[in-house]
Amino acid sequence: MTKMMTVTFNGETQTLKCRLTVRDMLERMGLAGKRVAVERNGRVVPRAEHGDILLFDGDRLEVIAAVGGG
Amino acid sequence: MSDPLIIAGKAYASRLLVGTGKYRDFEETRDAVEASGAEIVTVAIRRTNIGQHAGEPSLLDYLPPSRYTYLPNTAGCYTAEDAVRTLRLARELLDGHALVKLEVLGDPQNLYPNMPETLKAAETLVREGFQVMVYCSDDPIQARMLEDIGCAAVMPLASIIGSGMGILNPWNLRLIIDKARVPVLVDAGVGTASDAAIAMELGCDAVLMNSAISHARKPVLMASAMKKAVAAGREAYLAGRMPRKLYTAEPSSPAEGLLAALAA
Repeated sequence: MTKMMTVTFNGETQTLKCRLTVRDMLERMGLAGKRVAVERNGRVVPRAEHGDILLFDGDRLEVIAAVGGG
Repeated sequence: MSDPLIIAGKAYASRLLVGTGKYRDFEETRDAVEASGAEIVTVAIRRTNIGQHAGEPSLLDYLPPSRYTYLPNTAGCYTAEDAVRTLRLARELLDGHALVKLEVLGDPQNLYPNMPETLKAAETLVREGFQVMVYCSDDPIQARMLEDIGCAAVMPLASIIGSGMGILNPWNLRLIIDKARVPVLVDAGVGTASDAAIAMELGCDAVLMNSAISHARKPVLMASAMKKAVAAGREAYLAGRMPRKLYTAEPSSPAEGLLAALAA
């Protein structure tokens, strides 16, 4: 039985019942296949590693996209 | 391509760069960008919406990165650290794309650049291989410092962001243009077509604008006007204006061969 853990996703706390990879997390947030970039604890996670990197309790994720701007 | 704009070794036919913010919808954004003839478009980097619809269109669907050169910006960043983080993410987002627009702001009211933080961020980004186009004050000394750091272009404001106040200090822009060895772009302050033409006549290599188009009553028509103004200003600059003759008129028609006066 795994212990519950929490991660912060774009400033909001998310509770996870099991270990997830970055890719699992994006899927869970409805962002699978979307053009986004991910930062974990202040460091960019390259897209090629999304499926390999497991999240840890207390991780802070920032997930960004391009929007209109000057 | 005659008279191309060269930025970081790449040639562009258009000397107008446009932002993609503050349009009514993506259709209007696309139509205005198309009418402007711009090849380089700025975009902002923001957190994704949690729980957004899977099929929801994004800006990239309307302005395909295969057709336009994206220039991700750091709008809203107030420290060098935030700006650098934002652009590292942008590079990842855009598959290693290195051309970026750096702006580090100093005040939420006037959006004036914080130059010490801008210089700091520029150093880090250039070291990390970014091609940095940098929004800056119209101070020729700091523009030179940014150039010495290795920025790909310096982009002084003509007046404050989103103000539409036009070219407030042409003399400072000239001081920067006359010394610069990298492209100089006016970024911010253009309000209407004549402002863009004046910037180009001063010798700017290009103009970057957003609000002047998106806040016009008819954005697509204004985008077309800006395209012509930038091209006209560039041609006038290359043609070289006539000298100003203060207090002395010179007729354009011959002074000889006039009819004789009827009465002596």
